Amino acid sequence: MSLAIAVAVLAGVGTWLVVRGGAVRLILGFILLGHAANLVIISAGGTSRRVAPFIDGDLVVAQAADPLPQAFVLTAIVITFGVTVYLLSLVARTAKQASKVEGESAAKTRDEGPPSP
Amino acid sequence: MNGDLMLLSTWALPAVFGVPLFAAAITFILGAGWLSRVIGLAVPVGVFVVSVFLVLAIADGGVVVSQIAGWPGGIAIAFVADMLSALMLGVSALLVFTCMIFAYSAGLGMDRWFVPAVSIMTSGVYGAYLTADLFNLFVMIEVALLPSYILMSRQGTLTGLRAARLYLIVNLTASTLFLAGLGVVYAATGTVNMAALAGLGVLPVVGIATGVVVIALMLKAALVPTYSWLPATYPYTSPAITALFSGLLTKIGIYALVRIISLIYEPGHLIVVIVITVCVASMIIGVLGALGESTIRGVLTFGMVSQAGYILVGVVLAGALGMAAVVFYLVHHTIVKTSLLLTSGTVEHEEGTGIIRRLGGLGRAHPIASFAFLLAALSLIGLPPFSGFWAKLGVLNAAAEAGAAIVFTVALVVSVGTLVYMLKLGTGVFWGAPKGADTDTDTPSDVSIGPVRVGAAGTVIDVAAAVEAPPATKWRPLLVFPGLALALISLGIGLSPEWLLALADTAGESLANPVAYVSAVLEGGSS
Repeated sequence: MSLAIAVAVLAGVGTWLVVRGGAVRLILGFILLGHAANLVIISAGGTSRRVAPFIDGDLVVAQAADPLPQAFVLTAIVITFGVTVYLLSLVARTAKQASKVEGESAAKTRDEGPPSP
Repeated sequence: MNGDLMLLSTWALPAVFGVPLFAAAITFILGAGWLSRVIGLAVPVGVFVVSVFLVLAIADGGVVVSQIAGWPGGIAIAFVADMLSALMLGVSALLVFTCMIFAYSAGLGMDRWFVPAVSIMTSGVYGAYLTADLFNLFVMIEVALLPSYILMSRQGTLTGLRAARLYLIVNLTASTLFLAGLGVVYAATGTVNMAALAGLGVLPVVGIATGVVVIALMLKAALVPTYSWLPATYPYTSPAITALFSGLLTKIGIYALVRIISLIYEPGHLIVVIVITVCVASMIIGVLGALGESTIRGVLTFGMVSQAGYILVGVVLAGALGMAAVVFYLVHHTIVKTSLLLTSGTVEHEEGTGIIRRLGGLGRAHPIASFAFLLAALSLIGLPPFSGFWAKLGVLNAAAEAGAAIVFTVALVVSVGTLVYMLKLGTGVFWGAPKGADTDTDTPSDVSIGPVRVGAAGTVIDVAAAVEAPPATKWRPLLVFPGLALALISLGIGLSPEWLLALADTAGESLANPVAYVSAVLEGGSS
């Protein structure tokens, strides 16, 4: 139940941040949405079984945690991290380029005056 | 199983994914030299050869499987090639090769990142066509997408960067949804092996869980109602990259939808009804949107929305017949759309703009490009004797067989719409009077809108300039031939379609009745 609430809060806040707009909110929103998806996968393995698998020789299988969703989540975290870093750099680059273009056109208008029709 | 097939299954399938990845590392270390560029061409040739062997090996409806690391079937992450995968592999390799030649001629080979990024992207695409595991499919799609973000933003113009940002956000949304869907599928079934999931769509929980994955893939394939990102991003990068993306990335989404729907859902399932509605809506909206666009690539990319609907609609019609129509249409469309994008890329590179209003009468200046465009356009519209005729005939035949009157009617009407927007391109760019003749009459109106554009200071001017993104390059003869070659291949298929129709029938049979696929993946051996 606590996992379900956590997923709901993460997905809700994440969606709200993404929809609000603005570069930083957008990125934070996607980080939260990614966490929500990861928690969904973790919960898919079941939360009642928590004993570490493989390590103990005489382990009862019914108590061992499912390793597959954990492997999924590890992979997904790495991928989401990479994409988020690229998104950050892309946003920074866009802002830089936008201010450069704006500066150029402002300078042009100042130097030449508005072009006559 | 004979020795050759054994060798194919053990080595060739993983190699098709691994070798391009390895080539990416090598070419990145080598930098942008001639050796890198040769490697960039050699890898798709190798993949094409492998795909030809695969097609020959499984022409009788068999399946080639490689259980990675020798784990038993059902536990291993399997690489599988049935006829659909083998055909898609071959077509993708073909178009990567032609797009590489075009890109080198346009000067993209000078970019240190170009060959490595394309190599990684193609390895992800090939992997996605071969994998039999849903989570592995997610990873492969990400492998294909990450370098595409780099390729998309390499141009560095403000509009290009904004398009890249939108593109990244859309794909990140789809990937997150896909991931959540995977979690729900695993919770419902305890597996993400597609063969193990076969036929489980009848269980309501599994049907809905897989539905989440289907929705994520519809976003990636740019179907209505989540299509608008496609015409807002694809035209704003360089033409070679648009062609690569159109032939590889949206096709993965379509391929994955075909695979999942055919394996997991029974005909008449609620999700299937939703998909058919979405396809029909895409066909109509894509055509209307294409009519309203003002650049060549804008029209062509919006047309992709309509064509995606055309391809997918067969999945849900008349079993094997519909599936065969899907496979044929997928192969045909990949070839023809890439041809059109490359030919229009030639025009953009040589004229320095893709805005239809500023072009006209180029038939005399660029006779070969004009001829290639004519061939590919006739094929896209679906006239005989081109491959498009047989592709549309297959869809109409399947619709008639299934008694789907609405699909049949819409497919016919939308064909007329395709004719209209291709006519708009043809008369606006290639045929008719050259633009130079009537610039005088245009001048007054241009002057009168002058102040408006200046008044919007900076941003508007930048957008207008960036739409004409590709810089005017010197005429390079090789630029026009990749598009022409693909158009001629479409004509060749149209003139003797029997072999491809037979292969599509084999693929359709194995999709509609995936017994061989399922047993090969779950039991380990190739059949």
